[in-house]
Amino acid sequence: MNQAKVPVWVNIALIPLLNITLAFVISGLVIYAIGQNPIEAAGYMIYGAFGYSEGVGYTLYYATNFIFTGLAVCVAFKAGLFNIGGEGQAYIGGLGVGLVCLALDHSMPFIVIAPLAIIGAAVFGAAWAYVPAYLQARRGSHIVITTIMFNFIASSLMVYLMVNWLKGTQNMSLNSRTFEQNAWMPYLHTLLTPLGIDIGDSPVNLSFFWALLCCFGVWLLIWHTRWGYQLRTLGTNPTAAKYAGIDTAKVTIWVMLVSGALAGFVGLNEIMGVNHSLLLNFAAGYGFTGIAVALMGRNHPVGIFLAAILFGALYQGGAEVSFDMPQITPDIVVVVQGLVILFSGALEHMFKDRIEGFFIRRAAAAQEK
Amino acid sequence: MINTTIPYAIELRDISKRFGTVQANKDICLQVPKGSIHGIIGENGAGKSTLMSIIYGFYAADTGHIEVDGEIVDIRTSQDAINAGIGMVHQHFMLVENFTVLENVMLGAEGGALLRKGVSKARAELKRLASQYSLEIDVDAVVEELPVGLQQRVEILKALYRGARILILDEPTGVLTPQEADHLFRILHSLKEKGVTVLLITHKLREILASTDNVSVMRQGEMVAHRETSKTNKEELAELMVGKKVRLTVNKEEAKPGKVVLSAKHLSQLDSQGVKRLKDVSLELRAGEILGVAGVSGNGQSELLNVLSGITVMSEGEIHFAGEVISASAPKNAAQMRDMGMAHVPEDRHKMGLVTGFEAYESAILGYHNSPVYNGKFLMNRKVMLDECSERMAAWDVRPPNPYLKTANFSGGNQQKIVIAREVEQNPDVLLIGQPTRGVDIGAIENIHEQIVSLRDAGKAILLVSVELDEIMALSDRILVMFDGAVVGELEAKDANERVLGLMMANSYSDDPQGEPA
Repeated sequence: MNQAKVPVWVNIALIPLLNITLAFVISGLVIYAIGQNPIEAAGYMIYGAFGYSEGVGYTLYYATNFIFTGLAVCVAFKAGLFNIGGEGQAYIGGLGVGLVCLALDHSMPFIVIAPLAIIGAAVFGAAWAYVPAYLQARRGSHIVITTIMFNFIASSLMVYLMVNWLKGTQNMSLNSRTFEQNAWMPYLHTLLTPLGIDIGDSPVNLSFFWALLCCFGVWLLIWHTRWGYQLRTLGTNPTAAKYAGIDTAKVTIWVMLVSGALAGFVGLNEIMGVNHSLLLNFAAGYGFTGIAVALMGRNHPVGIFLAAILFGALYQGGAEVSFDMPQITPDIVVVVQGLVILFSGALEHMFKDRIEGFFIRRAAAAQEK
Repeated sequence: MINTTIPYAIELRDISKRFGTVQANKDICLQVPKGSIHGIIGENGAGKSTLMSIIYGFYAADTGHIEVDGEIVDIRTSQDAINAGIGMVHQHFMLVENFTVLENVMLGAEGGALLRKGVSKARAELKRLASQYSLEIDVDAVVEELPVGLQQRVEILKALYRGARILILDEPTGVLTPQEADHLFRILHSLKEKGVTVLLITHKLREILASTDNVSVMRQGEMVAHRETSKTNKEELAELMVGKKVRLTVNKEEAKPGKVVLSAKHLSQLDSQGVKRLKDVSLELRAGEILGVAGVSGNGQSELLNVLSGITVMSEGEIHFAGEVISASAPKNAAQMRDMGMAHVPEDRHKMGLVTGFEAYESAILGYHNSPVYNGKFLMNRKVMLDECSERMAAWDVRPPNPYLKTANFSGGNQQKIVIAREVEQNPDVLLIGQPTRGVDIGAIENIHEQIVSLRDAGKAILLVSVELDEIMALSDRILVMFDGAVVGELEAKDANERVLGLMMANSYSDDPQGEPA
């Protein structure tokens, strides 16, 4: 009895594409319903995201955050854990980056600060994931609940720290002092313009390359190390994991530490790369959108990269649309983003069975010939 | 045999069903005379369950139709099947355990928003059914407090209460002792005498021969033969099922037991609800012998395997193995037990022995994934894993010999070979084997049995847990019988027979030869 296979491209390309298309069609209807021209809006959106060099730079800047949070969700998901706490872990990861920069920017060169900031982001993000992980592994508290709650705690903690400890003395707003330039993550345009590549005056910075490196690292980790073998076993068959003598509690904790560290890297991009100071609410929903990115990217680093670019384009293109077509408010842009998340994430399986069935029947018919 | 004047109780015409590329049923024709017991026999995966699901309305057939009493019926849901007078007793009972018998029977047929009227009607109707078919039962007993045989009776009553004239039983004896099974067959015969038609699905040849009027054999989705039961025999049916001649016995020499390699002393185990699943079990396992553990499924055998292999920690007692004493205060986990020379072929390969979503070469190292053989400094050595998997697939005749194929896509027998190969190739001192041939084709059973015997002859100590008495009797040198978590009997294989083991399994054996159960 031969099992017919669905071609790989159906699962990784066709189905996501179909879901996005449907999301855009419905978005078009919404825009049409408020009396605007959806084609025109789509034009602005695509132009805004990819049409000119600065737009491309912004798209990549947003995508950097989504890669980090998407990978964070992916690693946990592969071990059967649903980490909804990317938001809080990113926030606290940023705190780690900020503290390193504030402590060292007067005394150390970039080459020293950068690796320490990476470690700071990882350690703080991981620490924030550790408590829910411990509670899940040793006490059986469900990780979905605890990670959500930890987002709120992170938010309150940051307000407390900013107001009482970290607020700069020269400014009225709730920012820390601005870091010295040697604690800034270099913008890509400062590196690429001399090479003749133009990405405008956009905020995309070196963190983008760190994100790409993380994609590769996660791929290696999950599919090519024994540690990844254990986490995949745990994620697909926990009983088999016990049978194999895998310490499931230990793996659960380690997976969440890695997941939290990845989410924490958002701080590199936001704090060290763009804001150059500690401030409130810089995580701005990137952690939550990471869930959609991971789902859409089929929990594979390559897919996550592509999905992150798409969501980066939505953020950047959406901002452009509401600038050029004032009747389309930022709220409508959020609706469009929401529809994409809905169709690519929540309704992921809407077409899956039927399309796979179609290809299975086709393969079966071909086999009989 | 064809008689056009009296319609059949149920007749299938050219039923076909395809799942993807798998042709589960192909042009199935079946005629079951009214008031007969009709057996349907076939290996796992032959399409029996699919066919029954079509009759009971779980799946729709791609082509063909079903006639009941000579009239075409359109069965799309199980409600349609019930309306057509078809009732089903599932292999795993569909009962609400903490409801009474009466409540279970009424479930889905309450007869209105308020229960009162329905209850008195159901009580009267059950009483009538019970006396008509001699299916006595206390209707106010809570189901979970009933023995398994009586729970099955509740299932039968449920079907009859809904007006079933055709009763389908799917592997009904899997959870019964031989004596309980005999009792079931007596009930089926009395149902038959009252005009009920019975369809009996099983893979046990013995039951077919003992209780049916006619038998149909399925193989690879097709109906390959129809026989009158009185005109066939075990060998012919086995050959029809497999498509080639099979040997039903195991050749083995006298065992030469060596020294004790593992001894368990007073093992007890509580589950998470605090129920004692294992009660004061002691045993000794010697090199070069096969110790069989018989018992009806769910009497502590799984817990025994889990405790011995280190998957769960015992609550009390000790295991002496490889020079170490393992106890609740000094436990070893499954990985440590493996390192000490214990291999374990688990009872349920899907839930435990394999990761069905993994490619075969990944499943083939489960439990040994930390071995330096498979690991470089940071990354796993995929080439070593693939080469070794290919070699083993060739040596153990795993088909198809493709290490990249997803584990789920191998047949049951080939999956089991992957597990057994993995455990045996480590050259362990002790091998625990649970249900070695569950869900395995008859053709592959022979091969697996031979492997187990040759391991014994190579001086391994083997603990064999199986609910198939035939298997226990064919392979074991010594037999323990478990009941309700405790060892209730031990005997040499040569003293064992089905009657003695059956009585022990029901814990109603006494040395008095007249000691039949009350």
